[in-house]
Amino acid sequence: MKIEILGVGCPKCKQLTANAEAAVKELNIAAEISKITDIDEITEYGVMMTPALAVDGTVVSAGKVLSKDDIKKIISK
Amino acid sequence: MAAKNCMCQETGLLVFPCSGSSDVGELSDRIGRTIAKCGQAKMFCLAGIGAHIPGMIESAKAAKKIISIDGCPVSCAKKTLEHVGFKVEAYNLKDLGFEKGKTKVDEDSIKSATSKITGGKIEETITRSSGGCCTN
Repeated sequence: MKIEILGVGCPKCKQLTANAEAAVKELNIAAEISKITDIDEITEYGVMMTPALAVDGTVVSAGKVLSKDDIKKIISK
Repeated sequence: MAAKNCMCQETGLLVFPCSGSSDVGELSDRIGRTIAKCGQAKMFCLAGIGAHIPGMIESAKAAKKIISIDGCPVSCAKKTLEHVGFKVEAYNLKDLGFEKGKTKVDEDSIKSATSKITGGKIEETITRSSGGCCTN
């Protein structure tokens, strides 16, 4: 599974990254978490509000900091 | 504090004009741009919603309120947004007195229609700002 955090690096992006890492750890799944900080690359995903979360290339959330439990629900599907 | 060029600011209003090919479609587009220019809302791409671009849809979900501006009664903008489940405050230029095929798109019609949609808040913005974008 590939999890991407889209955002230029503000505290909200960092919090979302931390929540995603915690979610992956608790679920004990193999997932690669990466950050996309380049605005041009972010907008190529159609994202206009950050932070955003993409799972396997599909944006599943934008403009909000999902909690660890929210992320667990999304990646457990 | 937000990072430079951060896109994480709170999203209040999003405006989606139909931006259709007719005169009233063009007027809807110009209204959307006027409202966005004055900072009252952010203008968004209706095509991205129609194309079901996940990033666009998820970004729109972050808005507190979504406004659609349609040029004619076909109401493409409103229907496109509702199709993906958004609750929309919808405006139709026909209801505001602008007829398809009979509307001149000029500063007067843009100002008049924008004023009707914003309840005169554009004028307030103009009055408050000296040399601001809305006075151009």
